[in-house]
Amino acid sequence: MKQNGFLGLLFNALFLTFIAAPLVVVILVAFTDKGFISLPFDGASLRWFRAILDNDQIVGAFWLSVRLALVAATIGVALALPAALAIARYRFPGRAALTGFFLSPMMIPAVVLGIAFLRFLSLLGLGGSFWALCATHVIIVLPYALRLALSSAIGLDRDAERAALSCGASRFTAFRRVVLPMIRTGVAGGWVLSFIQSFDELTMTIFVATPGTTLPVAMYNQIAQTIDPLVASVSTVLIVGTVVLMLVLDRMVGLDRVLIGETR
Amino acid sequence: MATLDNDRAGAAPWLLSAPALLLFCGLLLVPLVLTLMLSFHVFSDSQGTLATYTLRNYIEVITDPYYGSIFGRTAGLAFAVTLLCILLGVPETIVLARMKRPWQSICLLVVLGPLLISVVVRTLGWQILLGNNGVLNNALQALHITSEPIRLVFTMTGVVIALTHVLVPFMVMSVWATLQKLDPQVEWAGRSLGASPFRVFRRVVLPQILPGVLSGSIIVFALSASAFATPALIGGRRLKVVATAAYDEFLGTLNWPLGATIAVLLLIANVVIVLGCSRLAERRFKHIFD
Amino acid sequence: MSFLTLKGISKRYGDFTAIEQIDLDVERGEFLSLLGPSGCGKTTTLQMVAGFVTPTTGTILLDGRDITHERPEKRGMGVVFQSYALFPHMTVDGNVGFGLEMRNMKRAARAERVAEALDLVRLSGLGGRYPKELSGGQRQRVAIARALAMRPELLLLDEPMSNLDAKLREEMHIELRAIQKRLGITTILVTHDQVEAMTMSDRIAVMHRGTIAQLSTPFEAYERPTTLFASAFLGKTNLLPGEVLRRNGRCAEIDVAGTTLKVPHEGRHVQGQVNVYIRPEKVHLATIDTAAIRTTGRITTRVFTGNQWLLLIDTGLGQLSVAQPNNGAPPPDEGAQVGVAWSDDDLRVLQKEGLDGHA
Repeated sequence: MKQNGFLGLLFNALFLTFIAAPLVVVILVAFTDKGFISLPFDGASLRWFRAILDNDQIVGAFWLSVRLALVAATIGVALALPAALAIARYRFPGRAALTGFFLSPMMIPAVVLGIAFLRFLSLLGLGGSFWALCATHVIIVLPYALRLALSSAIGLDRDAERAALSCGASRFTAFRRVVLPMIRTGVAGGWVLSFIQSFDELTMTIFVATPGTTLPVAMYNQIAQTIDPLVASVSTVLIVGTVVLMLVLDRMVGLDRVLIGETR
Repeated sequence: MATLDNDRAGAAPWLLSAPALLLFCGLLLVPLVLTLMLSFHVFSDSQGTLATYTLRNYIEVITDPYYGSIFGRTAGLAFAVTLLCILLGVPETIVLARMKRPWQSICLLVVLGPLLISVVVRTLGWQILLGNNGVLNNALQALHITSEPIRLVFTMTGVVIALTHVLVPFMVMSVWATLQKLDPQVEWAGRSLGASPFRVFRRVVLPQILPGVLSGSIIVFALSASAFATPALIGGRRLKVVATAAYDEFLGTLNWPLGATIAVLLLIANVVIVLGCSRLAERRFKHIFD
Repeated sequence: MSFLTLKGISKRYGDFTAIEQIDLDVERGEFLSLLGPSGCGKTTTLQMVAGFVTPTTGTILLDGRDITHERPEKRGMGVVFQSYALFPHMTVDGNVGFGLEMRNMKRAARAERVAEALDLVRLSGLGGRYPKELSGGQRQRVAIARALAMRPELLLLDEPMSNLDAKLREEMHIELRAIQKRLGITTILVTHDQVEAMTMSDRIAVMHRGTIAQLSTPFEAYERPTTLFASAFLGKTNLLPGEVLRRNGRCAEIDVAGTTLKVPHEGRHVQGQVNVYIRPEKVHLATIDTAAIRTTGRITTRVFTGNQWLLLIDTGLGQLSVAQPNNGAPPPDEGAQVGVAWSDDDLRVLQKEGLDGHA
């Protein structure tokens, strides 16, 4: 392939600056020692990080988001895995429609989902329930878990399983000892991605999550009123945490495979 | 490669998909249908939602110029963002594809990583950057490019910039997927046949990535048309788009039927655009790819 | 003066040397193969001729013109790539006519040339199809037609048949050679398949670790290899280590495992530790008490391949492989004691080479 010329590399540098700029700015602001948004050019401090711990609302929202994401990702993967195996291994009428149905939440605007869920839950009187909120998050994350599980299951070499059967293993043993380990990274990657998507979810959750709020919703409400460095410090923590998870994901499955679905 | 068990289908796949299917039918299909029904209900200021049926909501949304301007603004936003994403995303992806490891992996991580960071954080960053006292304005004034702050927050320009930032990774992803399928020797073939590098790019590379650009554009357009958080935070209360208008009616005015109507229309528009354009693109390009 | 000359060509990537030193003259109208295992530098050499890779040192002359640094699109050579590299978004007609389009040929003239090229590769009538709709063999023909449509002076083929199945490959060897002869076009083929090289070429350049180990006709390369590598790469051979006892006018007397063999030295100053070679098809079975036998042994393996019998025989000189044509009567079974004979003129000797390939 052709090499990149100077122009190409310059464009790339500018592009990366554009991508990184808002995030860098947020991180910088978090270190300010002032009581308002400013860049810490004349004094850095950790006061706004310490302030996070004093803010019960933020801390509570954080833990709710974590619990929610943990449960939603786990349930999501638990439901997606058998479905992925079904779709990858069997040719049956309705296969394409089923796949499309499971992937549809990605195509439905989050606002619409929020409204639909709110209407449904309020009719059932399940307004503030954790499990109801969790169920909506499962719907949101299942497409991501399914996509990754599917690409793993489809790329699976069935001959390995057949070899196990010819050695005398039962179907279940073959599944547990041969198939599962081979798709383990795809499934684990799906779990991590689902966790992230659930944790980050904002628009739909705004409609559904009352009275308790998740962290993104709490931050949204805060920003909508006034911006103070507290949101910046919380954001910094989120950015760092996400970068760590991202590196984990990339090491496990490869980030472009996770997001794009193709192999390098 | 996985092979499909043709003869062993029967009940097994349905049993395996059952739990997910039940959840989806119960918690996705049903609520959407209920929302559709809700859009036909009547809303009264005094009594809330009444369980009678009317087309009034739809007529109101379709005819009232207030909503007309909102839909128009949203469509304009979507077009602008899509155009910018093409102009920025396509060249970037080509540059990325020509990089060597490890730089390629690092740059890809930087470009795609923000997708995993909540939109609130990204939008907060833009609010800080674009504010009247924000970094961008301060920098421009310090460099004497402008003498007064440019108003970017609470303008559509600001929303376009921020939304482009949020959505350009999707364009990169889509074009990247197409570029991966390109046979690198094809470029050399073009050169050996007498085409200059520029002509090779125009006649050989560009036509092959067009499907990727198209599907990326569809995704970006659909996502910007239904965007909520970024227009809400950067655009403010006065510059409404479809998603924020729905929010207003539903959680502000509490006019659930009207909110549902806007939501239904947004969903239909989304589905029509995505499926329609995808179908068209597929037919146009199916002779190239498997 | 030869048509294409490579003089002092080398290619280095940092510490890694892909091409050590290449000097090569290709005559007009000649079919030359660059033959060697992967990593020997044959593809890199082709890429330098085509202009995709610039040599670190040396010059390339085409018909007297120095093209070493000329851009590939100016060289006017027809290139057929290993993956065919067809333009998937263009029809067969579009693909084949692309080079002509780049030369601003008018549509009518182009169509005529394209039809001519497709006719040459026997694909007439498929002009409207897309590459995706063609079989592997058809795609290859389109790639060839595309390269030839420009009527280039030089045709470069980079392992174009490695993706075809065996039967198709054999057919293409003959067909491609016929096309080349008909057009009289100077051709360079890169391949790792020695049968392919021998079938099609006027001359073969056997390449090894970035240099040309031997440059000669197929017959010469096979019958009189000048290096251990060339002898082992082209066909199979029996290798018998030995030590030179004395040399005289035509032969050297060599002690191999206690037996003295008279081996033509072909002018080489062999001494000390050497290897004696003989091709399996030059070794015959003979009845044990005949005067002509050189040694005896026991058949350990006997394999039938259709047109040949392959035998492995444990003899006093070492293990020998024998290839006997299938002319009806099968050779003795495994375990049988047989006599082994050959003509001394079929023996070859080369100095024993160290691990780095040098004597």
